[in-house]
Amino acid sequence: MPELLQRTVLTRHLLRNPSLMIFLGALACVCLAVTILGEGFGIGLISTSFIKTLGKTLCLCMIAIAMDLVWGFCGILSLGHFAFFALGGYMIGMWMMFARTRMIVIEAAQNNVLPPTPVEISEAVGTQIFGVVGGAEIPAIWAFADLFWVQLSFIALVPGLLAYVFGWLAFRSRVNGVYLSILTQAMTLALSLYLLQNDSGLRGNNGLSGLQNIPGLDHVPQSILSIIFFLASGLALAVTYIMASAVVGSKLGNIIRGIRDDEARVRFLGYNVESYKLFIFVLTAVIAAIAGALYYPQAGIINPTELAPIASIYLAVWVAIGGRGRIYGAVIGAAFVSLLSSYFTGGQAPDIPLGFATIIWTDWWLVLLGLSFVVVTIYAPQGLGGLIDKLVTRERG
Amino acid sequence: MAPLLHVDNISVSFDGFKAINALSFDIGDAELRAIIGPNGAGKTTFMDIVTGKTRPDSGDVRWAGTNVSLLKRSESQIAQLGIGRKFQKPTTFEDQTVHENLLMSLANRRDPLAVLVYRRSQPDEDRISGIAQQIRLSESLDRLAGELSHGQKQWLEIGMLLAQDPKLLLVDEPAAGMTAPEREVTVALLKELAQTRSVVVVEHDMEFIRALDCRVTVLHEGAVLAEGSMDFVTADQRVIDVYLGR
Ligand SMILES: Nc1ncnc2c1ncn2[C@@H]1O[C@H](COP(=O)(O)OP(=O)(O)OP(=O)(O)O)[C@@H](O)[C@H]1O
Ligand SMILES: [Mg+2]
Repeated sequence: MPELLQRTVLTRHLLRNPSLMIFLGALACVCLAVTILGEGFGIGLISTSFIKTLGKTLCLCMIAIAMDLVWGFCGILSLGHFAFFALGGYMIGMWMMFARTRMIVIEAAQNNVLPPTPVEISEAVGTQIFGVVGGAEIPAIWAFADLFWVQLSFIALVPGLLAYVFGWLAFRSRVNGVYLSILTQAMTLALSLYLLQNDSGLRGNNGLSGLQNIPGLDHVPQSILSIIFFLASGLALAVTYIMASAVVGSKLGNIIRGIRDDEARVRFLGYNVESYKLFIFVLTAVIAAIAGALYYPQAGIINPTELAPIASIYLAVWVAIGGRGRIYGAVIGAAFVSLLSSYFTGGQAPDIPLGFATIIWTDWWLVLLGLSFVVVTIYAPQGLGGLIDKLVTRERG
Repeated sequence: MAPLLHVDNISVSFDGFKAINALSFDIGDAELRAIIGPNGAGKTTFMDIVTGKTRPDSGDVRWAGTNVSLLKRSESQIAQLGIGRKFQKPTTFEDQTVHENLLMSLANRRDPLAVLVYRRSQPDEDRISGIAQQIRLSESLDRLAGELSHGQKQWLEIGMLLAQDPKLLLVDEPAAGMTAPEREVTVALLKELAQTRSVVVVEHDMEFIRALDCRVTVLHEGAVLAEGSMDFVTADQRVIDVYLGR
């Protein structure tokens, strides 16, 4: 039996990485507990909206792993990965909105004497979706919105292609360090400004909404859908974690850490640094996009403010607090900070009256986050993950 | 026979300052060559040009008697042709183990996908332990490169060059910061290397150069001032004036 276990690549990988097993075990426990405590299948101790928050958190952990790969391991401080995340959300959102609107239109027309022609249906769908931006035409980019599998493949293809073109141009010109960060941020800003326009074809600042309703699954209550999305997010996170640890554990992991620490040296060893950066940049963009495609159906709405540059900066803060260059660090950072953030900004945190002023957490949370970022950078540059590492090595000897 | 490396009349200037001035010379097959010269003579810049880091303003660098000009190649392509380089300041990957440093340098396929699916093989492991023995780091394979002494880092870097299995090794100031016994080991190591490939050594330490016992090229203001045996060049009055006399 043990020999049989040794044989598959996955089990060998698991056995070599005890921290991976701990993580997967913990994730499985959380998934099980949430399912039991949730409303859909269990005893209803956790509200559906909180389950959605937890599910979204798992997606944020996933993009944090992507950020850690590209920044913590490969040294590219990208401030644009939330753009890929949001694009992934838009791609799945287009299908959801289109398919569902179409179903509603057809249903409404059932009482008509004559069945509606395809042109009539398409006009009605166009008015329904694009009325808010004063249009009725269905823009060309929605050509495949009705085809689930095509739109699903776009989740990876569109952000992947954007990352490829951007990365190819930037890395080939050897743009590095701060300049590269600024360039990624400019890309994000440009994309969000473009999407804000009413004639962008993606409903301007209204964004896409009603994404919590899955076309064809109207009869399934949200309490069950939320659990399904939560578990799907958990599965995606697990796969991402396994994949990321396989990448950093491979020889490619050595090379990208080498690029992070001394790019020129890697070149003189005969490696084409640009193609490695491009590989990691595109890979992580696709991970981010898949995370986004799972996130926005749980959020219910996506609009261009989601890809404001500040979002990508937060992402860097999460990874820095969690500990760069450690995959579990990224997960801890994202889970910890984003859950705290939704606690403090959700209005649940009690305000603190100080006499001369009152600390209202919805306003002060950002100050607290900024301060903790400074404290972590100064006193624990390896982040929370680094503290854990220290504890573990101390215990071992 | 055509030389391994043919440097033909290259010049480069930085902000009007001529760092290399119409420099020409050849390196033969399996030759050990020392390059000496005062600070700023252009020794490191010469290596920068050969390895593709700096583009010369004029002239040409030809490889292995072919029509291959190195000037049109990128750093990684030149490295893949078989030119390895040790930097003046030891540069190893300090965050990674000695084993990992050597593994990355091994002459295997260099494209991302091949590297991603690379599986450790017995021949590769044998080669790594062989090199580790040569560079006296067998005991330290699992230590981080950052934990090594200065001299050991220099050896590791030479080991990384060995692992690349280059035809030409460019070694910039290998003895800097080494203790006397470490220097002796390094001399032996470089001589051993030069039996199967060409090695170019830049050094300021005259004892070290003398111990290498090879042809010496003296650079001054970006051009060759003298060339010949150690005794020959050290007897040259111009060499004494610009370099040794100081
Ligand atoms: N990238 C650069 N930009 C401007 N000046 C440079 C550059 N590289 C080298 N130089 C100048 O070119 C000259 C030659 O430098 P080089 O490093 O080749 O000298 P060297 O012979 O290696 O000296 P040392 O023995 O001190 O290492 C020096 O005056 C140096 O300041
Ligand atoms: Mg020098």
